[in-house]
Amino acid sequence: MNKVVANAEESCKGIEDGMTLMLGGFGLCGIPENSIAQLVKLGVKDLTCISNNAGVDDFGLGLLLQKKQIRKMVSSYVGENDEFERQMLSGELEVDLIPQGSLAERCRAGGAGIPAFFTPAGFGTEVAEGKEIREFNGKPHILEMALTADFAIVKAWKGDTEGNLIYNATARNFNPMMAMAGKITIAEVEELVPAGSLDPNEIHTPGIFVQRIFKGDHFEKRIEQRTVRQK
Amino acid sequence: MALDKNGIAKRIAQELQDGWYVNLGIGIPTLVANHIPDGIEVEFQSENGILGMGPFPFEGEEDADLINAGKQTITALPGAVFFDSAMSFAMIRGQHVQLTVLGAMEVAQNGDIANWKIPGKMVKGMGGAMDLVASAENIIVAMMHANKKGESKILKTCSLPLTGVGCVKKVVTDLAVLEIKDNSFHLIERAPGVTVEEIIALTEGDLVVPAVVPEMNI
Repeated sequence: MNKVVANAEESCKGIEDGMTLMLGGFGLCGIPENSIAQLVKLGVKDLTCISNNAGVDDFGLGLLLQKKQIRKMVSSYVGENDEFERQMLSGELEVDLIPQGSLAERCRAGGAGIPAFFTPAGFGTEVAEGKEIREFNGKPHILEMALTADFAIVKAWKGDTEGNLIYNATARNFNPMMAMAGKITIAEVEELVPAGSLDPNEIHTPGIFVQRIFKGDHFEKRIEQRTVRQK
Repeated sequence: MALDKNGIAKRIAQELQDGWYVNLGIGIPTLVANHIPDGIEVEFQSENGILGMGPFPFEGEEDADLINAGKQTITALPGAVFFDSAMSFAMIRGQHVQLTVLGAMEVAQNGDIANWKIPGKMVKGMGGAMDLVASAENIIVAMMHANKKGESKILKTCSLPLTGVGCVKKVVTDLAVLEIKDNSFHLIERAPGVTVEEIIALTEGDLVVPAVVPEMNI
Protein backbone atom coordinates (compact mmCIF):
# COMPACT_ATOMS: atom_id res chain seq x y z
CA MET A 1 0.00 0.00 0.00
CA ASN A 2 1.97 2.96 -1.24
CA LYS A 3 1.05 6.14 0.60
CA VAL A 4 3.83 8.33 -0.70
CA VAL A 5 3.02 11.74 -2.10
CA ALA A 6 5.56 14.04 -3.72
CA ASN A 7 5.64 16.97 -1.34
CA ALA A 8 3.74 19.20 1.08
CA GLU A 9 1.72 20.66 -1.78
CA GLU A 10 0.35 17.21 -2.62
CA SER A 11 -0.05 16.09 0.98
CA CYS A 12 -2.11 19.13 2.03
CA LYS A 13 -4.65 18.74 -0.80
CA GLY A 14 -8.18 18.85 0.54
CA ILE A 15 -7.45 21.09 3.51
CA GLU A 16 -10.11 23.79 3.41
CA ASP A 17 -11.30 26.84 5.32
CA GLY A 18 -13.02 26.05 8.59
CA MET A 19 -11.46 22.62 9.08
CA THR A 20 -10.09 21.17 12.31
CA LEU A 21 -6.42 20.23 12.20
CA MET A 22 -4.21 18.44 14.68
CA LEU A 23 -0.54 19.34 14.53
CA GLY A 24 2.09 17.32 16.38
CA GLY A 25 4.99 18.74 18.33
CA PHE A 26 5.95 20.09 21.72
CA GLY A 27 7.20 23.64 21.51
CA LEU A 28 9.13 23.69 18.23
CA CYS A 29 10.29 20.10 18.76
CA GLY A 30 8.80 17.59 16.34
CA ILE A 31 6.53 20.02 14.49
CA PRO A 32 5.54 19.40 10.84
CA GLU A 33 7.30 22.51 9.58
CA ASN A 34 7.04 21.74 5.85
CA SER A 35 3.27 21.28 6.10
CA ILE A 36 2.88 24.45 8.16
CA ALA A 37 4.74 26.38 5.45
CA GLN A 38 2.33 24.90 2.90
CA LEU A 39 -0.72 25.92 4.98
CA VAL A 40 0.62 29.49 4.99
CA LYS A 41 1.02 29.29 1.22
CA LEU A 42 -2.50 27.89 0.77
CA GLY A 43 -3.94 30.69 2.88
CA VAL A 44 -6.66 28.46 4.34
CA LYS A 45 -8.41 30.27 7.16
CA ASP A 46 -10.89 29.90 10.03
CA LEU A 47 -8.93 26.88 11.12
CA THR A 48 -9.32 25.14 14.44
CA CYS A 49 -5.84 23.96 15.40
CA ILE A 50 -5.30 21.34 18.07
CA SER A 51 -1.66 21.52 19.09
CA ASN A 52 0.05 21.50 22.48
CA ASN A 53 1.66 24.88 21.77
CA ALA A 54 1.22 27.70 19.30
CA GLY A 55 4.80 28.06 18.12
CA VAL A 56 6.76 31.27 18.55
CA ASP A 57 6.04 34.57 16.82
CA ASP A 58 7.95 33.76 13.63
CA PHE A 59 8.02 29.95 13.51
CA GLY A 60 5.71 26.98 13.84
CA LEU A 61 2.02 27.80 14.25
CA GLY A 62 3.04 31.40 14.95
CA LEU A 63 3.27 31.76 11.17
CA LEU A 64 -0.43 30.89 10.78
CA LEU A 65 -1.36 33.19 13.66
CA GLN A 66 0.47 36.09 12.03
CA LYS A 67 -1.66 35.64 8.90
CA LYS A 68 -4.80 35.32 11.06
CA GLN A 69 -5.56 31.90 9.57
CA ILE A 70 -6.50 30.37 12.92
CA ARG A 71 -9.95 30.97 14.41
CA LYS A 72 -9.56 28.70 17.41
CA MET A 73 -6.62 27.09 19.21
CA VAL A 74 -6.86 24.05 21.44
CA SER A 75 -3.62 23.89 23.42
CA SER A 76 -2.10 23.41 26.87
CA TYR A 77 0.65 26.02 26.90
CA VAL A 78 1.05 29.09 24.76
CA GLY A 79 3.52 31.15 26.77
CA GLU A 80 6.14 31.66 24.08
CA ASN A 81 4.02 33.54 21.61
CA ASP A 82 3.30 37.26 22.08
CA GLU A 83 1.04 37.47 19.03
CA PHE A 84 -1.04 34.60 20.43
CA GLU A 85 -1.43 36.37 23.75
CA ARG A 86 -2.38 39.60 22.01
CA GLN A 87 -5.04 37.93 19.78
CA MET A 88 -6.41 35.98 22.74
CA LEU A 89 -6.67 38.92 25.14
CA SER A 90 -8.27 41.09 22.41
CA GLY A 91 -10.83 38.38 21.66
CA GLU A 92 -9.79 37.84 18.01
CA LEU A 93 -8.75 34.28 18.73
CA GLU A 94 -10.87 31.69 20.45
CA VAL A 95 -8.79 29.57 22.82
CA ASP A 96 -9.48 26.34 24.65
CA LEU A 97 -6.72 25.64 27.16
CA ILE A 98 -6.57 22.02 28.28
CA PRO A 99 -4.25 20.27 30.75
CA GLN A 100 -1.43 18.66 28.77
CA GLY A 101 -2.16 15.11 29.90
CA SER A 102 -5.85 15.52 29.16
CA LEU A 103 -5.03 16.88 25.71
CA ALA A 104 -2.80 13.89 24.96
CA GLU A 105 -5.38 11.42 26.24
CA ARG A 106 -8.24 13.12 24.39
CA CYS A 107 -6.34 12.70 21.12
CA ARG A 108 -5.48 9.11 21.98
CA ALA A 109 -9.11 8.41 22.89
CA GLY A 110 -10.27 9.98 19.61
CA GLY A 111 -8.05 7.65 17.65
CA ALA A 112 -8.86 4.63 19.81
CA GLY A 113 -12.65 4.87 19.58
CA ILE A 114 -13.19 5.86 23.20
CA PRO A 115 -15.67 8.76 23.24
CA ALA A 116 -14.80 10.15 26.67
CA PHE A 117 -12.99 9.38 29.93
CA PHE A 118 -12.72 10.63 33.50
CA THR A 119 -9.56 12.28 34.83
CA PRO A 120 -8.76 14.07 38.08
CA ALA A 121 -6.81 16.81 36.23
CA GLY A 122 -8.52 20.17 36.46
CA PHE A 123 -11.07 19.31 39.14
CA GLY A 124 -11.94 22.45 41.13
CA THR A 125 -10.50 24.74 38.43
CA GLU A 126 -12.06 26.59 35.51
CA VAL A 127 -11.20 23.61 33.30
CA ALA A 128 -13.97 21.67 35.07
CA GLU A 129 -16.67 24.27 34.38
CA GLY A 130 -19.65 22.71 32.62
CA LYS A 131 -18.20 19.21 32.73
CA GLU A 132 -19.70 16.18 34.42
CA ILE A 133 -18.06 15.32 37.74
CA ARG A 134 -18.04 11.85 39.22
CA GLU A 135 -16.32 10.34 42.20
CA PHE A 136 -14.17 7.22 41.85
CA ASN A 137 -12.35 5.72 44.86
CA GLY A 138 -13.37 8.74 46.92
CA LYS A 139 -11.78 11.22 44.53
CA PRO A 140 -13.60 13.62 42.16
CA HIS A 141 -12.90 13.32 38.42
CA ILE A 142 -14.08 15.31 35.41
CA LEU A 143 -15.41 13.96 32.13
CA GLU A 144 -13.24 14.83 29.13
CA MET A 145 -14.37 14.16 25.55
CA ALA A 146 -12.28 12.58 22.81
CA LEU A 147 -10.83 14.79 20.08
CA THR A 148 -10.59 14.02 16.37
CA ALA A 149 -9.62 16.14 13.37
CA ASP A 150 -10.30 16.44 9.65
CA PHE A 151 -6.55 16.26 9.13
CA ALA A 152 -3.81 15.28 11.55
CA ILE A 153 -0.36 16.46 10.50
CA VAL A 154 2.58 14.80 12.21
CA LYS A 155 6.35 14.83 11.93
CA ALA A 156 8.46 11.68 12.20
CA TRP A 157 12.15 10.92 11.87
CA LYS A 158 11.87 7.91 9.57
CA GLY A 159 8.94 6.56 7.68
CA ASP A 160 8.39 3.91 5.04
CA THR A 161 6.20 3.78 1.96
CA GLU A 162 3.48 1.98 3.99
CA GLY A 163 3.28 4.91 6.38
CA ASN A 164 5.00 3.20 9.31
CA LEU A 165 6.72 5.81 11.47
CA ILE A 166 9.64 6.09 13.90
CA TYR A 167 10.18 9.26 15.90
CA ASN A 168 13.44 10.60 17.28
CA ALA A 169 13.99 11.34 20.99
CA THR A 170 11.55 13.85 22.52
CA ALA A 171 10.30 14.85 19.06
CA ARG A 172 7.80 12.00 19.52
CA ASN A 173 5.57 13.86 22.04
CA PHE A 174 2.02 14.34 20.65
CA ASN A 175 2.71 12.93 17.19
CA PRO A 176 1.67 9.28 17.80
CA MET A 177 -1.70 10.13 19.37
CA MET A 178 -2.53 12.75 16.77
CA ALA A 179 -1.59 10.35 13.98
CA MET A 180 -4.32 8.06 15.34
CA ALA A 181 -6.98 10.77 15.58
CA GLY A 182 -7.01 12.27 12.09
CA LYS A 183 -9.64 11.30 9.51
CA ILE A 184 -6.75 11.84 7.14
CA THR A 185 -3.27 11.73 8.65
CA ILE A 186 -0.33 13.30 6.87
CA ALA A 187 3.19 12.36 7.97
CA GLU A 188 6.21 14.39 6.98
CA VAL A 189 9.49 12.60 7.56
CA GLU A 190 13.19 13.34 7.41
CA GLU A 191 13.98 9.98 5.85
CA LEU A 192 11.61 8.04 3.62
CA VAL A 193 12.56 4.40 3.00
CA PRO A 194 11.03 1.45 1.13
CA ALA A 195 8.64 -0.81 3.04
CA GLY A 196 10.62 -3.56 4.70
CA SER A 197 13.61 -1.38 5.58
CA LEU A 198 12.40 -0.53 9.07
CA ASP A 199 12.55 -3.13 11.86
CA PRO A 200 8.89 -3.99 12.63
CA ASN A 201 9.87 -4.21 16.32
CA GLU A 202 10.88 -0.58 16.38
CA ILE A 203 7.97 1.13 14.65
CA HIS A 204 6.13 3.62 16.88
CA THR A 205 3.14 4.42 14.67
CA PRO A 206 1.76 1.58 12.52
CA GLY A 207 1.02 2.68 8.97
CA ILE A 208 -2.69 1.93 9.35
CA PHE A 209 -3.05 5.35 10.96
CA VAL A 210 -1.28 7.20 8.13
CA GLN A 211 -2.88 8.04 4.78
CA ARG A 212 -0.20 10.23 3.18
CA ILE A 213 3.54 10.36 3.71
CA PHE A 214 6.25 12.56 2.18
CA LYS A 215 9.85 13.50 2.73
CA GLY A 216 10.13 17.11 3.88
CA ASP A 217 12.23 19.37 1.63
CA HIS A 218 13.85 21.23 4.45
CA PHE A 219 13.91 20.94 8.22
CA GLU A 220 15.13 24.00 10.07
CA LYS A 221 14.52 22.30 13.45
CA ARG A 222 14.82 25.53 15.33
CA ILE A 223 15.84 25.32 18.99
CA GLU A 224 13.64 27.35 21.32
CA GLN A 225 15.85 27.46 24.42
CA ARG A 226 19.48 26.70 23.66
CA THR A 227 20.99 25.69 26.99
CA VAL A 228 24.54 24.35 27.28
CA ARG A 229 27.18 23.68 29.90
CA GLN A 230 30.89 24.44 29.70
CA LYS A 231 33.40 21.68 29.05
CA MET B 1 19.66 35.94 54.90
CA ALA B 2 16.97 34.85 52.49
CA LEU B 3 17.94 32.02 50.17
CA ASP B 4 18.53 32.57 46.48
CA LYS B 5 16.93 30.28 43.91
CA ASN B 6 19.78 27.81 44.13
CA GLY B 7 19.43 27.73 47.91
CA ILE B 8 15.75 26.83 47.60
CA ALA B 9 16.63 24.09 45.13
CA LYS B 10 19.36 22.77 47.43
CA ARG B 11 16.95 22.55 50.36
CA ILE B 12 14.39 20.71 48.24
CA ALA B 13 17.06 18.29 47.05
CA GLN B 14 17.39 17.15 50.68
CA GLU B 15 13.90 15.69 50.37
CA LEU B 16 14.95 13.28 47.61
CA GLN B 17 15.01 9.61 48.44
CA ASP B 18 17.02 6.89 46.76
CA GLY B 19 15.18 5.19 43.91
CA TRP B 20 12.61 7.91 43.34
CA TYR B 21 11.33 9.03 39.95
CA VAL B 22 10.98 12.81 40.10
CA ASN B 23 9.28 15.40 37.91
CA LEU B 24 10.77 18.90 38.08
CA GLY B 25 8.80 21.88 36.84
CA ILE B 26 10.12 24.94 35.03
CA GLY B 27 12.19 27.56 36.90
CA ILE B 28 13.55 26.95 40.41
CA PRO B 29 12.52 23.24 40.38
CA THR B 30 14.83 22.58 37.42
CA LEU B 31 17.78 23.62 39.63
CA VAL B 32 17.07 20.77 42.07
CA ALA B 33 18.87 18.42 39.66
CA ASN B 34 22.14 20.26 40.41
CA HIS B 35 22.03 19.45 44.13
CA ILE B 36 21.32 15.72 44.46
CA PRO B 37 22.83 14.56 47.78
CA ASP B 38 25.67 12.04 47.69
CA GLY B 39 24.60 8.41 47.78
CA ILE B 40 21.12 9.15 46.41
CA GLU B 41 20.10 7.95 42.98
CA VAL B 42 16.99 9.45 41.40
CA GLU B 43 15.70 9.55 37.85
CA PHE B 44 14.18 12.68 36.36
CA GLN B 45 11.04 12.56 34.25
CA SER B 46 10.19 15.42 31.94
CA GLU B 47 6.57 15.32 30.83
CA ASN B 48 7.29 16.05 27.19
CA GLY B 49 8.60 12.49 27.00
CA ILE B 50 11.85 11.45 28.67
CA LEU B 51 12.83 9.47 31.72
CA GLY B 52 16.51 9.62 32.60
CA MET B 53 17.06 13.25 31.76
CA GLY B 54 20.69 14.36 32.01
CA PRO B 55 22.41 17.75 32.23
CA PHE B 56 22.53 20.40 29.53
CA PRO B 57 24.66 19.36 26.53
CA PHE B 58 28.15 20.69 25.90
CA GLU B 59 28.26 23.56 23.46
CA GLY B 60 27.98 22.26 19.91
CA GLU B 61 26.24 19.05 21.00
CA GLU B 62 22.72 20.48 21.28
CA ASP B 63 20.02 18.41 19.57
CA ALA B 64 16.77 20.12 18.54
CA ASP B 65 14.97 16.79 19.05
CA LEU B 66 16.11 16.45 22.67
CA ILE B 67 14.53 18.95 25.04
CA ASN B 68 12.85 19.11 28.44
CA ALA B 69 9.40 20.45 29.31
CA GLY B 70 10.90 23.95 29.53
CA LYS B 71 11.97 23.55 25.87
CA GLN B 72 15.63 23.63 26.96
CA THR B 73 18.18 21.44 25.20
CA ILE B 74 19.18 18.53 27.43
CA THR B 75 20.97 15.19 27.28
CA ALA B 76 19.79 11.63 27.94
CA LEU B 77 21.64 9.54 30.53
CA PRO B 78 22.49 5.85 29.98
CA GLY B 79 19.27 3.91 30.56
CA ALA B 80 17.08 6.80 29.48
CA VAL B 81 13.85 6.21 27.58
CA PHE B 82 11.69 8.34 25.30
CA PHE B 83 7.91 8.03 25.07
CA ASP B 84 4.85 9.85 23.81
CA SER B 85 2.76 12.36 25.74
CA ALA B 86 -0.07 9.92 26.56
CA MET B 87 2.37 7.48 28.13
CA SER B 88 4.13 10.32 29.93
CA PHE B 89 0.91 11.35 31.63
CA ALA B 90 0.03 7.74 32.33
CA MET B 91 3.19 7.74 34.47
CA ILE B 92 2.04 10.92 36.18
CA ARG B 93 -1.69 10.19 36.55
CA GLY B 94 -1.01 6.58 37.46
CA GLN B 95 1.19 7.78 40.36
CA HIS B 96 4.35 6.09 39.14
CA VAL B 97 6.29 9.32 39.78
CA GLN B 98 7.18 9.67 43.46
CA LEU B 99 7.82 13.40 43.72
CA THR B 100 6.67 16.48 41.84
CA VAL B 101 8.37 19.82 42.38
CA LEU B 102 6.78 22.87 40.82
CA GLY B 103 6.62 26.64 41.10
CA ALA B 104 3.61 28.72 42.08
CA MET B 105 2.30 32.26 42.05
CA GLU B 106 0.13 31.59 45.12
CA VAL B 107 -0.38 28.80 47.64
CA ALA B 108 -3.21 28.70 50.18
CA GLN B 109 -3.39 27.15 53.64
CA ASN B 110 -5.86 24.51 52.41
CA GLY B 111 -3.29 23.25 49.90
CA ASP B 112 -4.72 25.05 46.85
CA ILE B 113 -2.22 26.22 44.26
CA ALA B 114 -2.41 28.84 41.50
CA ASN B 115 0.31 29.09 38.87
CA TRP B 116 -1.10 29.33 35.37
CA LYS B 117 -3.07 32.47 34.73
CA ILE B 118 -3.49 36.12 35.68
CA PRO B 119 -6.88 37.10 34.24
CA GLY B 120 -6.64 39.87 31.65
CA LYS B 121 -2.85 40.01 31.90
CA MET B 122 -1.00 36.77 31.50
CA VAL B 123 -2.34 33.71 29.77
CA LYS B 124 0.30 31.11 29.27
CA GLY B 125 -1.71 27.98 29.91
CA MET B 126 -1.38 25.24 32.48
CA GLY B 127 0.78 22.85 30.48
CA GLY B 128 1.11 19.69 32.53
CA ALA B 129 0.71 21.38 35.91
CA MET B 130 -2.96 20.47 36.43
CA ASP B 131 -2.36 16.80 35.63
CA LEU B 132 0.66 16.77 37.93
CA VAL B 133 -0.98 18.38 40.96
CA ALA B 134 -4.23 16.43 40.60
CA SER B 135 -2.48 13.07 40.76
CA ALA B 136 0.85 13.37 42.57
CA GLU B 137 0.84 12.17 46.17
CA ASN B 138 3.96 14.10 47.03
CA ILE B 139 4.11 17.69 45.82
CA ILE B 140 6.66 20.27 46.91
CA VAL B 141 6.19 23.86 45.81
CA ALA B 142 9.30 25.95 45.22
CA MET B 143 8.61 29.67 45.33
CA MET B 144 9.52 33.07 46.71
CA HIS B 145 7.66 33.86 49.93
CA ALA B 146 6.52 37.28 48.65
CA ASN B 147 6.21 38.97 45.25
CA LYS B 148 8.38 41.85 44.07
CA LYS B 149 6.06 44.34 45.75
CA GLY B 150 6.61 42.57 49.08
CA GLU B 151 3.11 41.05 49.14
CA SER B 152 2.77 37.55 50.56
CA LYS B 153 2.20 34.63 48.21
CA ILE B 154 1.46 32.32 51.16
CA LEU B 155 -2.23 33.01 51.57
CA LYS B 156 -5.48 32.18 53.36
CA THR B 157 -7.13 31.62 49.97
CA CYS B 158 -5.76 31.94 46.45
CA SER B 159 -6.96 34.99 44.53
CA LEU B 160 -5.83 33.74 41.10
CA PRO B 161 -7.49 30.94 39.06
CA LEU B 162 -6.58 27.61 40.62
CA THR B 163 -4.35 24.95 39.17
CA GLY B 164 -5.37 22.35 41.74
CA VAL B 165 -7.31 22.07 44.99
CA GLY B 166 -6.03 20.84 48.35
CA CYS B 167 -2.98 19.17 46.83
CA VAL B 168 0.12 20.95 48.20
CA LYS B 169 1.67 19.44 51.33
CA LYS B 170 5.01 21.21 51.51
CA VAL B 171 6.36 24.60 50.44
CA VAL B 172 10.00 25.67 50.33
CA THR B 173 10.53 29.42 49.96
CA ASP B 174 13.49 31.78 50.18
CA LEU B 175 12.59 32.23 53.87
CA ALA B 176 11.18 28.97 55.19
CA VAL B 177 10.05 25.38 54.91
CA LEU B 178 6.31 25.12 55.51
CA GLU B 179 4.04 22.12 55.83
CA ILE B 180 0.33 22.33 55.09
CA LYS B 181 -2.05 20.43 57.34
CA ASP B 182 -5.27 21.07 59.28
CA ASN B 183 -5.99 24.08 57.07
CA SER B 184 -2.87 26.01 58.12
CA PHE B 185 0.78 26.48 57.31
CA HIS B 186 3.19 24.99 59.84
CA LEU B 187 6.64 26.56 60.13
CA ILE B 188 9.17 23.72 60.02
CA GLU B 189 12.47 25.47 59.28
CA ARG B 190 13.73 28.97 58.60
CA ALA B 191 16.44 30.05 56.17
CA PRO B 192 19.81 30.73 57.82
CA GLY B 193 19.71 34.12 59.55
CA VAL B 194 16.03 34.72 58.86
CA THR B 195 13.95 35.39 61.98
CA VAL B 196 10.55 33.92 62.80
CA GLU B 197 9.21 37.49 62.93
CA GLU B 198 10.29 38.16 59.34
CA ILE B 199 8.49 35.01 58.22
CA ILE B 200 5.33 35.87 60.16
CA ALA B 201 5.36 39.35 58.63
CA LEU B 202 5.41 37.96 55.08
CA THR B 203 2.89 35.14 55.63
CA GLU B 204 -0.73 36.13 55.05
CA GLY B 205 -2.18 32.66 55.69
CA ASP B 206 -2.59 31.16 59.16
CA LEU B 207 0.84 30.12 60.40
CA VAL B 208 1.47 27.70 63.26
CA VAL B 209 4.82 28.48 64.84
CA PRO B 210 6.38 25.98 67.25
CA ALA B 211 8.43 27.14 70.26
CA VAL B 212 11.67 26.32 68.47
CA VAL B 213 12.13 26.72 64.71
CA PRO B 214 15.43 25.24 63.55
CA GLU B 215 17.52 26.81 60.80
CA MET B 216 17.81 24.93 57.52
CA ASN B 217 20.98 22.93 57.30
CA ILE B 218 22.29 23.77 53.82
